[in-house]
Amino acid sequence: MNPYLPIIILIAIAAVISTVMVVGSWLLGPKKTTPYKSAPFECGVTPLGSARERFPIKFYLTAMLFILFDIEVVFLWSWMAVFKDWVDAGSPMAAYSFWAVMVYMFLWFLGDLYVIRSGALGWEESTTLNPEKLKNTTEFEDETVVMVESQPAKVGI
Amino acid sequence: MNSALAQPAPIPWEALLPLIAVATTGVVAMLIEMIWPRRSNDVIVWVCIVGLAAAAGCVVYHWNLPALESFGPRFDNAQGSVGGGLFLHDRFGQIIQLTLIATAFLTVIFSEGYLREKRLAFGEFYPLVMWAAMGGMIMATSRDLLIVFLGLETLSIALYVLAGLSQKDKRSQESALKYFLLGAFASGFMLYGISLIYGATGTTNVAGIPALFSLELPDPTAVNVAYAGMGLILVGFAFKVALVPFHMWTPDVYQGAPTVVTGFMAAASKVAAFAALIRFLDASMAMKDVWIPILTVLAVITMTVGNLIALAQKDAKRILGYSSIAQAGYILVAIVAWAKAKGMPNLTIGYETVAFYLIAYTVMTLGAFAVLSSAASKGKEGTLLEDLYGMWRRAPFPAAMMIVFMASLAGVPPTGGFFGKLFIFFDAVNANLVWLALILAVNSVISVAYYLKIVQATLRDPEVHPTKFAPVNVGLFATCFLCAIGLFAIVLFIDPLKSWLGG
Repeated sequence: MNPYLPIIILIAIAAVISTVMVVGSWLLGPKKTTPYKSAPFECGVTPLGSARERFPIKFYLTAMLFILFDIEVVFLWSWMAVFKDWVDAGSPMAAYSFWAVMVYMFLWFLGDLYVIRSGALGWEESTTLNPEKLKNTTEFEDETVVMVESQPAKVGI
Repeated sequence: MNSALAQPAPIPWEALLPLIAVATTGVVAMLIEMIWPRRSNDVIVWVCIVGLAAAAGCVVYHWNLPALESFGPRFDNAQGSVGGGLFLHDRFGQIIQLTLIATAFLTVIFSEGYLREKRLAFGEFYPLVMWAAMGGMIMATSRDLLIVFLGLETLSIALYVLAGLSQKDKRSQESALKYFLLGAFASGFMLYGISLIYGATGTTNVAGIPALFSLELPDPTAVNVAYAGMGLILVGFAFKVALVPFHMWTPDVYQGAPTVVTGFMAAASKVAAFAALIRFLDASMAMKDVWIPILTVLAVITMTVGNLIALAQKDAKRILGYSSIAQAGYILVAIVAWAKAKGMPNLTIGYETVAFYLIAYTVMTLGAFAVLSSAASKGKEGTLLEDLYGMWRRAPFPAAMMIVFMASLAGVPPTGGFFGKLFIFFDAVNANLVWLALILAVNSVISVAYYLKIVQATLRDPEVHPTKFAPVNVGLFATCFLCAIGLFAIVLFIDPLKSWLGG
């Protein structure tokens, strides 16, 4: 007999039970709707408007940077796990890997400096370190500035 | 513990110097922008030019360094297993590296004028181009699938950012998002394929595939898994080089991205991905009974669909986008012919046809996009065919060069594009693929129609008097000139070039 059969039976039973519960409460339960009850969140507070409003993309930037830091730790952790063995064994890999990681950390540090310098962790929107760059640089008469203006952060309630 | 006694693998640094040079140039360019953000990017541009020249110098200086099958550290320290170091060094890799360095070089030269006109002269553009080029170079010089993947991601992630450089432009945003989502999707396919290949062969190096198939009694499960992995990796590559039916992203991304980025993207990502693809196919020759028919079908539909849809386009960038799809089909014909020839006695076709066409493709595509980028003015840019009207008046030299590039893309003698296609044609005929060669020829004829449309647009007089345009900058002149020179130079030096490429 297939050793996975019990698992499949378990999944089937779980699916049946949950389906029966959901469908049963839907069929048997009384339905008395009021405007409050049919509101998206039935928590006493009237909804104020659409939840689909624009909000600063900063959250994503912070999340992305967090992932980068995460990966860095993963690298360092796996290196650390073998580094001590190499040192104890007097292996030439110890010095070699140390300098390899130092090069990596140096580049990492530069990137980190860039993140801080360009204000990626700040709350204000930043486009470039020198906004003059994005202005008109030729001798044309009109001085239309194409630039993302910094806006106060708008946070939904 | 076994790993405690591991020895660091010796690294022939001279073979890695070009990579290091390009990466360092990118870092220095970023440092300049970070420490000293000036209004003009001239310093960064010069640093990049010098750095790329140095990288090209490194390649040329070590031109005759003996080829190394593999070197550098390896993922598995087990002795005696197949595979080897993460990098390799050979003539094909050098050629592709030089091509990518040249692509980045030409892009850097003509970008600054465009970026200023488009009001997005971000200093970050240059380091990103450097790192993208570095990613492509890594792809071309490794047989380890994980390193190829790493290079692919380095190339792609830089390009995702570059595609969205124009922050105020909805098209550019759309382009970046589309490219990112579909690119990530394709990377997922590829990574899954790599993991299956690893599962089947026990190594991430493609050398594991021939080793698996040369066993007397290969494990049938492993063989099946290897086939599945090969298929998934092919899907990943097909996305990257935009083969029909994996081409949907190409026109939108090409149209939305800033023109300089499109030019770089079209050239660099295709060259690098084809280089990596042909290396992978070379290693999986044992499975060629399966992938040759697949690639043949893909080549036929890629050429045909790309060319037919291009006929209906009204935007010059979209036309060039579909044209690049069709060009990928031509290169695929060369690859199929090369693979077919492997099994035939007294016929050897090397990488040289593919390499030659890739070089020609790079030069003419980049040149065409460079000319298109001259349409940017005062933060706006028109890329519709109507926007090109009157170009011969405001920019006579680029317009003239456009004729050359279009002639080459269409395959009119005596340009590099013509000879590239001719070699592909001969290869296909020699490999008993006459019907495929005929389809290629018919497609070239179809393609003339839309290339002529662009030429005609540049030579037409506008109906409305054009708005003021900035004078064409020196960099654009230089790029057009160098690309045109390159197109004829590769024809003049065809014999030494082919013997190098084949070597």
